[in-house]
This record gives sequence, C-alpha cells and structure tokens, in this order.
Amino acid sequence: MSAPNTVTDIRETELIQRVCSGDHEAFYELMKPYEKAVYFAARSVVNNPADAEEVAQEAVLKAFNNLSRFRLESKFSTWLVQITINEARMRLRKERRHRYESIDEQAKDDEGDYIPKDFADWRDIPSEELQRKELRDALERAMAALGSKYREVLICRDVQHLSIAETAQILGITEASVKTRLLRARLQMRDALAPGFDGSWTTGRTEFKKVRPW
Amino acid sequence: MVHPTMVIEISCLEVWQEISSYIDNGVDPELRARMEAHFKVCRHCSAILDGTRNVVKLIADGAEFEVPQGLRSRLYAKLDAQLKQG
Repeated sequence: MSAPNTVTDIRETELIQRVCSGDHEAFYELMKPYEKAVYFAARSVVNNPADAEEVAQEAVLKAFNNLSRFRLESKFSTWLVQITINEARMRLRKERRHRYESIDEQAKDDEGDYIPKDFADWRDIPSEELQRKELRDALERAMAALGSKYREVLICRDVQHLSIAETAQILGITEASVKTRLLRARLQMRDALAPGFDGSWTTGRTEFKKVRPW
Repeated sequence: MVHPTMVIEISCLEVWQEISSYIDNGVDPELRARMEAHFKVCRHCSAILDGTRNVVKLIADGAEFEVPQGLRSRLYAKLDAQLKQG
C-alpha cells in the first residue's frame, strides 16, 4: 500500500491536530491513504464483505472519537489497523458460535509442522497469468479457507506490508507466533493455489506448464 | 560469505520451517547458505520456494483483492451520521 509507513509524518501530525481542535474535515484527509487498509484489516478477521464494511465503518467512527488519545510516537496506520482488528474481533466473538470456527480452534497454539501437500512447480507461470480473474477468485477462496488467526497475520504482513513487530503489536501476539502463523498461512495458500491441486484456473492456457518434480 | 564446502546439510523439514523467513530475508547468513545449497539439489523444496514466493507476490499486489464498489462513500456512514447529530 502506498500509505506512509515510517513514522507519523508532519502532514499527518498537522491533520491530527486540526481534527482534535475541531476541524472535522481534516479527518477525511487523514484517513484517505488508509481506506483500503481499514477494509482489508476488517476483512482479514470477519472474512465476509458485508460484515467487513460494517466493521470498517465502526472502526472509522472509533478512530475519530478516540483520536485525541492517539500518541504521536506511534504510527497512525498501526493504531488505526489495531482499532479495526479489535472491532472485527469483537464482532466475530459475538457471531462465532453460529458462523465461524470455535474459540478453542482460535486459542489453539501453532504446534506441529505444516507439511506442504503438493510440490507442483510454479516457476514457469508468466506474471501476467497471475493477473487473471480466475486466479484472483482462487486466491479469495484460499484466503477464506484459512483459519482467522492465520488470515490476520497474512493480511497484516503480505497485504498491508506491516513489519513483524507491528503485526505482533496489532494482533497482541509474540513475534515468534507471527512468524509461525505466517509460515503456515503462506504454505497453506501455496497448497491451495498450486497448479494441479485445484486446476480450475489453468484450463485452456497453452503457455502454462504443469511441472512436477517427479 | 560462507564457503560452499563449509555448508552443513539441512533436511527438507527444516527448510520448510524456515521458508517463510527465508523469503522475508529473515534468516541468518549461515542458515541462508545451507538453505541455498539445499534448493540447488532438492527440486521439491525449490518448487515449494518458488510457489510460496509466487503466493506472496500475488497477495502483495493489493489489486488482487477487490474493494467493494462505493466503499469510500459508505466507509464514513457512521461518522457522518454522528457528526450530523452534532
């Protein structure tokens, strides 16, 4: 994402001060680079577009109402994503009993090694192939199939490009857990998307080669 | 630089455990050298490395995830409502 990612920069600091002194319009400008980030953060937890939107709306409202509590030594983006994730988790907690995995599943530790299921070789897929809609759909399905604790880490790291330390802070887990969950999430995504494992998006492409190491 | 003859062999399982950190340049030079030596001789692991890298690249491209149409205007719905109420 193109959002500023080093420190809360001078422009942001000014905007925050303006909002805190009553200039509401400045809040919209402050939020602008992070609109997608808020949505994706919400989506990473609740994994349903409609619910994610509602969570995102609620998070925006909370960020506005609590902006005076934001401390400038941290990054605004991190703070914002954290509010969104918390909001999404609260919602998930309310609904989990009916629609999502159990709390036990969520609380379970990341023990045991994840063994990749398929060794299909991707190196020959041209990058423009990766832009195709079928693949995007496959990606969304694969993402939806991840447990939420893996999806959260994956979205923070690989979609939002947050550091391991920031991800750990936002999700309230250790850096070691971030790494373990990220590994599992990435390998599981690879398994789900490896050509030949789910070949639905590979049909009719002559330039695509299915390569097996044996 | 670690001399190639100094590299200690590493198992596939160990490689898989570190593959994500390897992609993020998060492994120390010694382990990196061992993994690189392994990838040269193990097609399974090098296929997994390429596939995982592809997945990360794919996910990294934000355009791959669709933002619902009109999200921008709706995103501020609750805030707008609150501000209107004064």
